[in-house]
This record gives sequence, structure tokens and C-alpha cells, in this order.
Amino acid sequence: MGDPFDIVSGIQSVLSPAGPHAAWVAQLSWVMFGAGGLILLLVVVMTALAIFAPAGFRQAVGQRRTVVIGGILFPLVVLAALFLWVLNGSSALVTAGPPGLRVEVVGERWWWRVHYLDPEDRVHMVTANEIRIPTGMPVEFRLRTADVIHSFWVPSLAGKLDMIPGRINSYRFAVDKPGVYRGQCAEYCGEQHAKMAFYVVAMEPAAFEDWYGAQTLPAAEPALASEELGRDVFEANGCGACHTVRGTAADGVIGPDLTHVGSRVSLAAGILPNNRGTLAGWISSAQHIKPGNLMPSFDTLSGPELRALASYLESLK
Amino acid sequence: MSSAAAAAARLLPFVALLLATLSACGSAIPPDRRVVEGDPLRGRQLIAGVGCGVCHQIPGVDGANGIVGPSLEGVGRRNLLAGVLPNQPDVLTQWVRDAPSLRPETGMPEMPLSEEEAEDVAAYLYTLR
Repeated sequence: MGDPFDIVSGIQSVLSPAGPHAAWVAQLSWVMFGAGGLILLLVVVMTALAIFAPAGFRQAVGQRRTVVIGGILFPLVVLAALFLWVLNGSSALVTAGPPGLRVEVVGERWWWRVHYLDPEDRVHMVTANEIRIPTGMPVEFRLRTADVIHSFWVPSLAGKLDMIPGRINSYRFAVDKPGVYRGQCAEYCGEQHAKMAFYVVAMEPAAFEDWYGAQTLPAAEPALASEELGRDVFEANGCGACHTVRGTAADGVIGPDLTHVGSRVSLAAGILPNNRGTLAGWISSAQHIKPGNLMPSFDTLSGPELRALASYLESLK
Repeated sequence: MSSAAAAAARLLPFVALLLATLSACGSAIPPDRRVVEGDPLRGRQLIAGVGCGVCHQIPGVDGANGIVGPSLEGVGRRNLLAGVLPNQPDVLTQWVRDAPSLRPETGMPEMPLSEEEAEDVAAYLYTLR
């Protein structure tokens, strides 16, 4: 999988596309940069000639004909050709028929609620801040928001699309090869906008089916005494008022579903690695790490309580 | 109980500590010579990757500004770890990967580090002086 927190090697870059849609965006960008560069060069050369060339040459160029060719005909031909090329290329990416998978993503301040939908549009499985998808097939994303405008953007996979109050925006994209790709909210949405990220994990279809099956199950029962103590701490501190852990009494819907939180690559919407140490740190100081988010800092827990709670959550694979 | 006996009783823990310290003297390593076999640069990468900075302030590690545990600034010169353990290379190496085994009251959980990785992490921490 590589290190998901290594953001310089291309897991979040328009210039390292990992699917046909992103590849098209990258190709368009390169053509635009290249052609734009050539035209700039041409303009600079013409300007230099207009200043320094011999009078005869300047007179020959300074005709009405130059304006008609360079100012009207040339842009008309170039822009029309580009337009047709873009229409042709874009239409090749549009797929009719049912998508391979439908995922609803709801923007929240400042995290992502993820619903896997069944063919009748009903929510079949709930997770957060991590979207796993199978490779090699178009996946449809239905984008909503619970509060303000957010924007859904996975630069290595597709262009951005806004999440707008009262609307559902949807688009499809596909991933070619398994890997971890980072996404980010691309519309300023408040205090913690910069810390509103997520991961897309693309898996071979068979591995995806296994993962999906496991995610639909209720939470694992604690196997160790420390995990059982952790579940007691979870219940005693009212964590279930905001969080759901399927298979237990915890059924809150304000925060992320934690049924399989231990299986995710990151914590707190893509900003922390996920292990029992970071779980403990987040629980104890959520308001220090991400000030203004809805989760209070549970700074009254004792050391052993905090550790037990973190190991319980880590065990929810 | 006579006052002398009471004074002696009060002193007992300190005498025990003194004896323990003296008995450890043969292996004690002074602060300026505390080194671990590990690679400090790799240790710094591990610290960033595991997320130690979620709980600790750690000079030289981007974003490491946590407030749950103590700041690790100058930890290489500190005499005690967690306020109770001698700051020796083998103790620090064990502490970073399995703190509860040394101090059951701690809030610091076992961290996902191999023994070798723990040495690298300790090696970096001993550069903080």
C-alpha cells in the first residue's frame, strides 16, 4: 500500500494520474501548457521583431493581413480544433448503464460521511473518511453536504466537484491500479478546512468484495481484558451518544461510525496515522489537534482508561 | 517510637533509592554518552510516521505539537523518564515501544515499533539535548 502519509510521491497529484479520468485531465493540462508556451514564444519573437527588425521587414509584417491571420484566423482554428478534441476525448469517458458501485459521500464540518448504496439507493453500509473502491470499473459518487459548501477532490483520480446544500451532485470515475490516493476538501468550509482530508483505497475487485463483506458485519467482540475494559470506558463516557458501533448500544449519528475504525488507514479525516497511540492522543486532545470540531477532548480519563479505550477502538478491525 | 527512629523511617525510601542508584552505577551511562545503536534519521521518519507528535512536542518533527504527554525537547539530557525511570538507553528503547510494561499507570500505549525501530527512535530522541 505504501505510506499513505507520504504526500510528495504522487498520491495526491494531478500530474500523477491513476485512472482514465485523471489521465485525461493531465493530458489536457500538458497540451495547454505546451501550446500556451509555444504561443507565448511566438508573441515574444514577434514583439522583438517589431522593435529590432529592419524597417523593410517591419513594414511587410505590419499589414492588415497579419492581424487577420494572427488575430482572427489562428485563434479560430486552434480553439475550434481544441474544442473538438476535448469533446471527443470527454465523451469517450462517459459511461452509460449502471456503474460498478455507487457511493454517497456527505460533507460534514470537518470530515466525510460515506454511504455505500444498494441498487435502490438505500444506504447499505456506513463508514467515514475512507472510500474503498474496486479497480477497473466506473464508480458513481453522489455528493451531498450536511452543512456548508464543501468540494470533493481526489487529484490523482478525477476533477473536483462541489457539495452544495440542498443539491446532489454526482459523477463517475475509475481507478486503474490498486493503491492509496489522498483526497482533500477543495472549498473553504471553516476553521478546520485544511484538516478535512480522506483516502481512496483502490483494491482488486476480489479483495474489495472481501473488505466490503467484513465491513457490513457488526463490530468484533473484545478479545482481551484490556479491550473489554476499553468498551466499558466507551460506554461510561457516553461515546455512543455521537458514535455508532454496530452490534453494541452505541448508535449516535453525530460523528463518524466507528464499527470498523481500526481497519482504516487514517484518523480524524485523513490527518493522523491510525494506531492505538494516535487514537489515545486524539481522544485526549481532539480540541487541541483540530480546534472547533464537534468532538470534545476527553482529558479527564486516567492513563490506563485512555489506553484501554484506544486498544478497544484499535481492535475494531 | 523515638524521634530518631521516626526520622530513620522517613529516610528509608531515600536510602533505598540511593542504594539502587549505587548498585546501578556500574552500568550507568552519563548524559553526554547516552547513545543507542539505532539510526537517528530513520528514527525521525518513524516518529513522524507513527504519529508520536499527536501527544508530544518533538523538536525537528513537523507538526509534532501534542499536549497529551510531556514535551520531548531536551529529553536526551533529562535524568528521569516519565518522572520515575532512570534515563538510560535500554530503558528509553523499551519505553518508546512498550511503556505500560515499565509503568502500568501511564497513558502511553504500546506503539507499533519493532525492537530495531525502537532503537532508531531512541537514537533520535537522544539527539534532543
